[in-house]
Formats: sequence, C-alpha cells, structure tokens
Amino acid sequence: MKRIYVNEQWCLGCHLCEYECAFANSNLKEMYHLKGKSIFPKIHVEDAADGIHYAVNCRHCQEAICVKSCIAGALSRDENGMVVIDQNKCVGCYTCVLVCPFGAVMPAEGGKVAQKCELCTKNACGTPNCVAHCPNNAIVFEDRG
Amino acid sequence: MKYVIIGNSTAAVNAIEAIREIDREGSITVLSDEKHFSYGRPLISYYLYGKISLENMNYKGLDFYEKNDVTTLLGVTAVKIDSEKKTVLLEDGREIEYDKLLVATGSRPFVPPMAGLEKVKEKYSFMKLDDALSLEKALGKDKNVLIIGAGLIGLKCLEGILDRVGKVTVVDMANRVLPSILDEEGSLIIQKQLEEKGVTFILNDSVAEFSCGTQALLKSGKALNFDILVLAVGVRANIELVKDAGGDCERGILTDESQKTSLPDIYAAGDCAASLDYLTNTKKVLALLPNAALQGRTAGHNMAGKEETFTQGIPMNAIGFFGSHVMTAGYYEGEVYEEKTSSTYKKLFYRDNLLKGFIIIGDIARAGIYTSLIRNKTPLDTIDFELIKKQPVLAAFSKEARAKKLTERV
Repeated sequence: MKRIYVNEQWCLGCHLCEYECAFANSNLKEMYHLKGKSIFPKIHVEDAADGIHYAVNCRHCQEAICVKSCIAGALSRDENGMVVIDQNKCVGCYTCVLVCPFGAVMPAEGGKVAQKCELCTKNACGTPNCVAHCPNNAIVFEDRG
Repeated sequence: MKYVIIGNSTAAVNAIEAIREIDREGSITVLSDEKHFSYGRPLISYYLYGKISLENMNYKGLDFYEKNDVTTLLGVTAVKIDSEKKTVLLEDGREIEYDKLLVATGSRPFVPPMAGLEKVKEKYSFMKLDDALSLEKALGKDKNVLIIGAGLIGLKCLEGILDRVGKVTVVDMANRVLPSILDEEGSLIIQKQLEEKGVTFILNDSVAEFSCGTQALLKSGKALNFDILVLAVGVRANIELVKDAGGDCERGILTDESQKTSLPDIYAAGDCAASLDYLTNTKKVLALLPNAALQGRTAGHNMAGKEETFTQGIPMNAIGFFGSHVMTAGYYEGEVYEEKTSSTYKKLFYRDNLLKGFIIIGDIARAGIYTSLIRNKTPLDTIDFELIKKQPVLAAFSKEARAKKLTERV
C-alpha cells in the first residue's frame, strides 16, 4: 500500500502542507478563503532547532494500536490497509490520542471527535494534497512494502 | 478445529479476527449472556450523554459474525467448564464441545453489603448496555440521583445523566475522586470542574443503611434523600468458570503471555484475566479496553496455532467530563516534572532513566508520544528529555530513530 513518507533533509518548514490539508478537507473553492481562519490540518510540521523541519501524519501502522484501542469501533482498517475513522461513531474519548506513538491522531475542529489523515480518499482530491503541493518533495506518497 | 468463546465483547471480537487471519475453516461459536451485537462497554455513558446512538454502538460492522462465519448463541449463560471432557455446559443443559476455549467473561459490579439495600427499588449498576437502558427509563428532570462511587464508572455515569435529571450527589468512602488514576491535585481539579456543573460530592463517607427505599443514612450521620440509586463501587472479574474448573486464579484468571490459563487449551483475555503488567512485571487485571483488544488478539492467534505473546500491557486511561480531557498512563513514581496553568496540568514521573507515568489534564495533544516512551521503555538518555518534557514531539528523538518512524513502513 502507498503511504506518506517524509524527506526530512528537504523540508523547508514552510507549513504549506498544513494549509493544503486544511483546504483539501474544507469545502472551500479557493485557498485564500482560509485567510485569517484557524485551521485544523491532519498533518503537522515540527520545527526543531538547527533548521530541522519535517511533517508528521498518520503512518497507517501495520499493527495500528489506535484501531485496537478505539472504544467505539470508529477506527478500523479498510481493505487496502489504510486506517480510517468513522466520525459518526467516534465519541471523542481520545483514547486514540493517548496511544498514537506519532501524535498523528488529534481532536477535530470543535473538539467533539477525533481526526486523522485518510490520504485524501474522502475528499475531492483523491490523492494526498499535501504531497501534490509540497514544493520540495519533502513529503512523498510511495509504496515501501 | 472447534473454537468456543465465552463472552462477546472487545476481547472476543478481536480473538475472532485473529483466529480467522489464520484459520478460515474451523468453527467459531460465541456464547454470551447479553443479547446485543458486540458493543464497546465504555460507550454506555456516551449513549446516555447523547454522543452516540444505539444504531452506531456496534463494535464492528453488522456483517461481522457472518463474514467471519461465527455461530452466536446470545442470551445464554455458561455455567460450567469441564476441562477434561472439553465442554462448556449452558444453563439450559446444552453442552458445547470445544478444542480451544477462550474465556472472555469480563467483570461484574461489586456491591458491598449495605443494610436495607433490598428496600431500594430504583437501583442500578452501570456496566452493561441493559443497565444504561433501564437507568434511562428511570431518568427525569425531577429526579434526584445518588451515585455511590466516585471512580471511573460512577463519574462517567454522572456525565451521562447530569443534564437529564434534577440533581446528582456522589458519595465515596475515599477522600477524593478518581483515586485509581489521579493524584490528589488532579482529583481536586476534576472534583472542582464537576462541582461547577452542580454536582454535590460527599467524600470520606459511606452508606450505613438505607432507612427506606428513597433515603440513605451515611456513616457521618447525614441523611440523603434520592429517587434513583446508582451503585458504582467497584468491579470483580468473572473468574468463576475457570476457578471452578480448577484453573489458577487470583483477582483475575491467571494467564501467561500467550493468554493461556493453567488449564490445557483454555485461554483468557480482557477484564476477567490477570495478565502481565509490563511495568511492574506482575500479573494484574488491567481492565481497560485496549488491553482487552490486544489480549484477545494474542489469544486468538495462539488458539489458531500461531505462537505470539503480548507483553506490553500497561495501565492507561483517557477520560473526560463535559468537554474536559484527562490522560494518564503508567505509575506515578520517581521524580516529577510539572507544568500548570489555570486550565491545564501536566505531571511526568521518571526514574531510572525511564518515563514511568504521566497525568495530563487539559492539553492532551500528542500525549501518545509520552505513552510510547512508557510502553517502549525508551531510555531517556537516548532522547532529548528536556525538550520532550515540555512538549511531546518527535524532534526529541535522534535523527536515526526519527527516520525509522517517518521514512520506513511501521
């Protein structure tokens, strides 16, 4: 299955992926409508000392502990191996936040349910928008086994 | 191969999935005294709170049993295991044969003897969906509710019903709320949050007797009138089937790391099992849903012939009330790093170069990174602990460790 991987050495820390994620998952026609708004992206860029930057989002772990830990059965694995969330079932207990070793499952806007990267399969993009718009190939979408 | 599972909750369902990963042919029979499709027990408070509908409470898709070719016998009670004949006797006299048996019987409410309890008609436990559904029928804006027990179950019940009743009073013999997961300071924060919602707590006190069906006399001498009584004092693991069959039990059914009990071909998983606590290296009932799932999965694989161990069971909890969030994991021992603001609270406990536990109230973002340090027993001198203390970030790991996390399939 294709997953998102990062090339830390090429990440500029521009945070564009966070905007592209928020935009892809909004119903907005143009990105500029995000101007001045708080965004709740499913990808998160860490900026560390010495110019280190990299994006983090769901790793779609083979033994996904979030899926095992979900009290509602809201998190599951689809037929391709992608970890998906049914927000209609999620009760916002955030046990997934407690167990995700990457910090890649987070409260959604409004704080009532959890959200996570679903590789843009549930929005109009169809393929990860963060990858498509990364100016430096610092985020890639590849099958690494 | 005949697989039989007693129980139909988290451990059972995860065991079924694990068995079917390996064995598509063997028969699987699930026995449960509950008639419902498998649901996550912790959901019952969220149901009363209005966060989830009954239709959405099924733990797996409605085709789960069919897809996995499972025979369900729901609404039946298993009364005896004969480990020599390899049968499970049901209350109705039927005998079910097994080659491999999983006992995933969970736990039940513990009700201490209280004088006059039999006079109380409107009394409820809060463990099962049926408990929640009967309690729901009794709720009303004019009702005065008394909850005995300020632990996880009592307080989640409180959250579920507070807006649907007139008044709620919580009594506990402990001197603070949630003593099993919080330290004193954390308990006070949560107590205050709930008091601001209008809840009355009477701590350091307990019921001496029920003078009639609607009044409790406390040991302190106070008299409390109520319409509805909720008993959330504690739970006991359902160990009897295995114990009576001669299996080793303490507070739970003792298992090894493959979830095998001391009896041949009998496994146990979930809240009924006392299995390895990775942090203390002792056998404990770690009664929480993620461990039930992981133990159930391990049991299922072993039952189907794939040797596997589950060794990373740790205590942890994610809980919250009326929009607040509390996360805890591990044990609270060693040195303490703490941060407090008016609305958030974080304590990390560390010793012997390891993170031992944490309590976070409020800003719970990425708390799983801390949990992973505990679960993996990550030596703190291999990460930037000064950095990660302040914020759970992957930047605290070495470049190589981070590359494993972000550039390899995990």
